Amino acid sequence: MAFSEETYTRAKEIIARYPVGRERSALLPLLHLVQSEQGYVSPEGVTFCAEQLGITRAQVGAVATFYTMYKRRPTGDWLVSVCTNTMCGVLGGDRTFQTLSEELGVGHDETTADGTITLEHAECLAACDYAPVVTVNYEFFDNVQAEQALDMVRQLKNGERPTPTRGARLCTLKEMSIQLAGFAEERDGALADGPAGESTLRGNRLAEQYSVSVAGYDPNTPIPTQADREAAKAAAEAKAEKEKAAPPAPAPSAAPVVTSPAESKGLEANKPASDAKPAGDVTPGREDPS
Amino acid sequence: MTAPSQEALAKLTPVLTKRWLSPDAWKIDVYERLDGYAALRKALTAHPDDLIALVKDSGLRGRGGAGFPTGMKWAFIPQNDGKPHYLVVNADEGEPGTCKDLPLMMADPHSLIEGIIIACYAIRADRAFIYIRGEAIHAARRLRNAVNEAKAAGYLGENILGSGFNLEVVVHSGAGAYICGEETALLDSLEGYRGQPRLRPPFPATHGLYASPTVVNNVETIASVPYIVLGGAGWFRSMGTEKSPGPKIYSISGRVNNPGQYECSLGITLRQLIELAGGMQPGHELKFWTPGGSSTPMLTAAHLDAPLDFEGMAGVGTMLGTTAVQVFSDQDDVVYATYRWIEFYHHESCGKCTPCREGNYWMVQVLHRILAGKGTHEDLDTLLDTCDNLLGRSFCALGDGAASPVQSSMKYFKQDYLDYIEGRRSPLLSPAELVGAH
Repeated sequence: MAFSEETYTRAKEIIARYPVGRERSALLPLLHLVQSEQGYVSPEGVTFCAEQLGITRAQVGAVATFYTMYKRRPTGDWLVSVCTNTMCGVLGGDRTFQTLSEELGVGHDETTADGTITLEHAECLAACDYAPVVTVNYEFFDNVQAEQALDMVRQLKNGERPTPTRGARLCTLKEMSIQLAGFAEERDGALADGPAGESTLRGNRLAEQYSVSVAGYDPNTPIPTQADREAAKAAAEAKAEKEKAAPPAPAPSAAPVVTSPAESKGLEANKPASDAKPAGDVTPGREDPS
Repeated sequence: MTAPSQEALAKLTPVLTKRWLSPDAWKIDVYERLDGYAALRKALTAHPDDLIALVKDSGLRGRGGAGFPTGMKWAFIPQNDGKPHYLVVNADEGEPGTCKDLPLMMADPHSLIEGIIIACYAIRADRAFIYIRGEAIHAARRLRNAVNEAKAAGYLGENILGSGFNLEVVVHSGAGAYICGEETALLDSLEGYRGQPRLRPPFPATHGLYASPTVVNNVETIASVPYIVLGGAGWFRSMGTEKSPGPKIYSISGRVNNPGQYECSLGITLRQLIELAGGMQPGHELKFWTPGGSSTPMLTAAHLDAPLDFEGMAGVGTMLGTTAVQVFSDQDDVVYATYRWIEFYHHESCGKCTPCREGNYWMVQVLHRILAGKGTHEDLDTLLDTCDNLLGRSFCALGDGAASPVQSSMKYFKQDYLDYIEGRRSPLLSPAELVGAH
């Protein structure tokens, strides 16, 4: 199956986003693009990306098989992802997955016989304050237990489009893949869909309710210049000299105020980084992704 | 449900989140009405070096988990080197429990764009990329819209606000790989390769994207910058602690009445956070919790008063991480929770290094066996031995992170493992069943 003219045009637009000579950066969006036409990364899709970028099919294949969102088999219009990572799992996600699996008669990464719905387990979808969550084509259905998920999937089976809790109204997985390839949302009003949920706003609501705000905020605070910093340093040194000359007063210690045994231990264990430490180097060897 | 104490309420610091209450703050005109792009106008009147010094003075530390001083990271970028410089924003939020960056980009995308422009002006970069996880398409579409709006308004593109400074921003969607939250794996992925971490040194500051000087910062880090530019370093330091200054978005999830996002002064305690979140759910008693995602060793009710800042968490043998506070109760099974986390690390291991690829594979099998009632006492030694071979021997910090849930659960809740092994607890899984195996 040959790709459409539009896909070729879009491929050129994607490649143009990246610096000259760095076209390979376009590979991830190009793989999303081929899914927008075929619903998965087919051998033709791999060839298409390879030709666009002047790299080998093996190079494209190595990348396509690395990422979860590139599907190797035809995928349904509706990709139902049930979060079964720890928090969602224990709060109901495990049961939801079982229930949907029985209803649809498919397991993980499998598609219903009519080719419309694909079911998958998902790892943490970054919505733990709405746990347990299910997504359809990556749009969120929050605080969903098995019964509600079942209703939602039955609507999909009946050709209806249930409304996500947050984010935009549903579109098909192929349509979504165009957006994943980096193209703007074109559906009228879809950008405004899905106001922030209550969990997102809870801290703010409390602050509002109890009139809590951060004091001392002045947007006109000047940005110190090099000269300002030198003057401040000189003033501090002069002050230190003066204090040295004068009899020692019980001056407040420069050491941080230790408020708890845990903190005092922490100060010992985690000395501030020195200038000699290279960027990105973290001890004790930990850098969490987010 | 009782009202939170004054002490807990005083910890609230609505700064980065304050626009979230305005439902249309994602639109540029609303953002501008709410002081949007005022920081950019102010920053463009300053010398770039003064902005780097300002961020250094503010004490801002990376919000993605590692807590590296941001100003220092920026200062590492060599200047007048004739090479292009890049800013890459790590928006690959995926550490289990973490859910702060997506709502920020959804509700207030322009604050991130504004922070990016200021950061690029400071480090002299004329291209920035936002690497956002693929599944976060709801936030990506708002970001893309924000980039287009900012461009039309003259905040991006050529000669921004007449300053002579040029900047292009590209929103790049990933494709489902937790490992791409590791900064060098992210860079490889952005270059069109499998997302696998790079050997360091050289560090991204000199050899990052396209082997050029690159700053990689988390979303919340960059979104903090406009407020520092406006309010000043002293004001920023009025929040948090001396070594961990500023506000921080805490994401509390699990067995509390009101899970959600609570922006607080760094150093709040779990006891206060739970108060803000309306207390524990009825019938649930706190058993174990993570301070900042599953890669940070879990804690117990004994740590309710430890300050949730970089030092305080290091002091109790864990890490602040992403301040993704996941709260579990006496009704949750710590062995099962650990098993699910290890399945996650197994699924997400990029396969580059043996300790992580093989270690997680085998730990899943062993944990499954224990939960199926077939475990032995030797299995516990095997798990700890595997952790010893993971921690510090993995290629990247993500591999190291996999040891955390196993080691910490074994440290505090060994009895729970023994209950399965010695038959006091009935098996949770059948030997053949592989829940969540994929």
